[in-house]
Amino acid sequence: MREQDPKKRIKNFNEVPYGYNEEEAIAEASRCLQCKKAPCVGGCPAEIDIPAFILAIKEKRFQDSIDIIKNTNTLPAVCGRVCPQEDQCEKECVLLKTGKPINIGSLERFAADWELENRGDEDVVAGAAAEGAKIAVIGGGPAGITCAADLAKKGYAVTMFEALHKPGGVLTYGIPEFRLPKDIVFKEVDSIKGLGVDIKLNYVIGRIKTIEQMREEGYKAFFIATGAGLPYFMGVDGENLNGVYSANEFLTRVNLMKAYKFPEYDTPVNVGKKVAVIGGGNVAMDSARCALRLNAEKVTVVYRRTEQEMPARLDEIHHAKEEGIAFHFLTSSLGIKGDEKGNVSSMSCLQNELGEPDDSGRRRPVPIEGSEFDMEMDTIIVAIGNGSNPLLLDSIDGLNVNRWGNIEADEKGQSSVEDIFAGGDIVTGAATVIAAMGAGKKAARGIDAYLKEKI
Amino acid sequence: MHKIVRKEQLNPEICLVEMEAEDLSRAARAGQFVILRIDETGERFPLTLYNFDQDKGTVTVVCQAVGVSTKKLCALREGDSVLDIAGPLGHATDTENIGKVICIGGGVGTAEAYPIAKAMVEAGNDVTIIIGARSEEIVICEDDIKKFCDKCHITTDDGSYGRKGFVTDVLKELLEKDKYDQVFAIGPVIMMKMVSEMTRPYGVKTLVSLNSIMIDGTGMCGGCRVKFSGELKFTCVDGPEFDGHLVDFDDLMQRQTRYKVEEDEAMCHYKKQCKIGLGEGK
Repeated sequence: MREQDPKKRIKNFNEVPYGYNEEEAIAEASRCLQCKKAPCVGGCPAEIDIPAFILAIKEKRFQDSIDIIKNTNTLPAVCGRVCPQEDQCEKECVLLKTGKPINIGSLERFAADWELENRGDEDVVAGAAAEGAKIAVIGGGPAGITCAADLAKKGYAVTMFEALHKPGGVLTYGIPEFRLPKDIVFKEVDSIKGLGVDIKLNYVIGRIKTIEQMREEGYKAFFIATGAGLPYFMGVDGENLNGVYSANEFLTRVNLMKAYKFPEYDTPVNVGKKVAVIGGGNVAMDSARCALRLNAEKVTVVYRRTEQEMPARLDEIHHAKEEGIAFHFLTSSLGIKGDEKGNVSSMSCLQNELGEPDDSGRRRPVPIEGSEFDMEMDTIIVAIGNGSNPLLLDSIDGLNVNRWGNIEADEKGQSSVEDIFAGGDIVTGAATVIAAMGAGKKAARGIDAYLKEKI
Repeated sequence: MHKIVRKEQLNPEICLVEMEAEDLSRAARAGQFVILRIDETGERFPLTLYNFDQDKGTVTVVCQAVGVSTKKLCALREGDSVLDIAGPLGHATDTENIGKVICIGGGVGTAEAYPIAKAMVEAGNDVTIIIGARSEEIVICEDDIKKFCDKCHITTDDGSYGRKGFVTDVLKELLEKDKYDQVFAIGPVIMMKMVSEMTRPYGVKTLVSLNSIMIDGTGMCGGCRVKFSGELKFTCVDGPEFDGHLVDFDDLMQRQTRYKVEEDEAMCHYKKQCKIGLGEGK
């Protein structure tokens, strides 16, 4: 797919891949073998009828194509951009053997963008309030949106509560504009209003209302999808120095609050000349690439294992490298040093070698004695993951959580409290957008079955 | 959108804003805060609640115009609206009957100490209040406070009203004369630090309400982290109240300066916008 030139794109926040034009999309769709058994569908957590939507593109029936996708997937423009297709549908494609599987994600993006462009900018007309049982979806990220949409389609009266001032969860505050433009997220989220979902922003459930109060207000079931919570810090000296960010804070400032447009937007972000990003996941890649676009001279990803163990998508690592991000593998941070004003001046590090595999199956980093060294830095972004947020969960009696504070839910998404279902990062810990959407779908079915039995 | 139903200029710097927020007004308790966003390009910024009225479905904040966001809020008029309010956030103050209590408010912090002092009185505590301000015109909420509390001391830095000096001067005398069960302080970080240092040798439990820089207010960003007894705590979900004897105030003061340069730049930009008629305010 055509992309913005790396030298140019590091100076802007515009989307990196341009997306297919009609001609390119039809050409790609025509390569699809239209397999009878369609193994690709089995690889899709959103259960999209992939051959059917691709056939529709090939035959220039673009509206049909997006309708087919939307039968099962509420966020196709998002998924077409951020799903790790290489590990899902495209991994199952029969053409993988030839080294050129169908670019399913790009085709999905094409169909979704075609509709967004042709739908125009008018607001979605709010759908009629459904007459089914009242259901509260708590959290407006990918899991919540998917669950809300699926339940609304089944005729339930769904209200989705979001703590922030914009919906979308990680799609809005976390993933940068150049990977996922926000107007696309908002347009796509808006479409669930058309299904009759009521979206309440700035609602921090657990504080403004408890689950118990909401039961009294007539809510018959709950879906908790509050996502990953409190950011982890490394626990080393100097983490409170000015210039140290959690990736959550850094990305929220840049993406949700649009600090890259400061001072047109009021929220600042402070990026120095030499930036270190600690961690090896997609969040680390996003942070590094944002820092580069905010005029850092050098951005270094510091990861304690090797490139093979990095959890980030190959595509993201590739894009980061293209843009000139440096990588320090097998390196751990020992501490951060500051100047007399309390600003970060350097980071002390330690070299590792790989030892035996750990619980995750990845080889464990083992420190090499005497390998300490310092790197001059003025900004450090800590992207080593999040723990569970106790704000809502602590207020619910009888809710079982595991030792990491994540909600325990069964295969239907049901928790230890019968009217409470849960899914997404609050159950699994940090995972992908599509995994969260899959959990939202599953829980919507679970809630439907539960309510049918109950009422 | 939250319509402003009452706006009062308490002095040249500080204004009171009462806004419609029905569900929020029902859930709010003394000591909690809200996150506001004035307009589409605005920041999210925290303010401690001054009052909440379930019958009217409103919440009230008192705000000192020091940065762009607070200036934007103070420039709004009755009938205008604030775009977003999220809350109530943070833990509410524990307002049981514990005995003899001193509540200290410094500057705009007086308005934040007000609901706590009031709740303390309602719980049956013997409450003494100390209000501190730079000068007479910065003293706020005096009449409101005297309605429920007859032991109210006022200090000003320049001696233009009440006693000349700092809140700690009065605090020291009180602690010398009598035994107190708890001290509560809310105001500038340096004041909360001095109060905590002063009470430490007397062994009086001292609570402070921190005003760290934060974005979401729900635990997600970690920007409001403070060093507390050697551990990292988040002001938004663990606080905003902490035991003042265990807070690392120097660390907090340093963290509060981290956007100084950008804040000045934002103010310059805001003033320019005002000049060409895009913004309101001074």
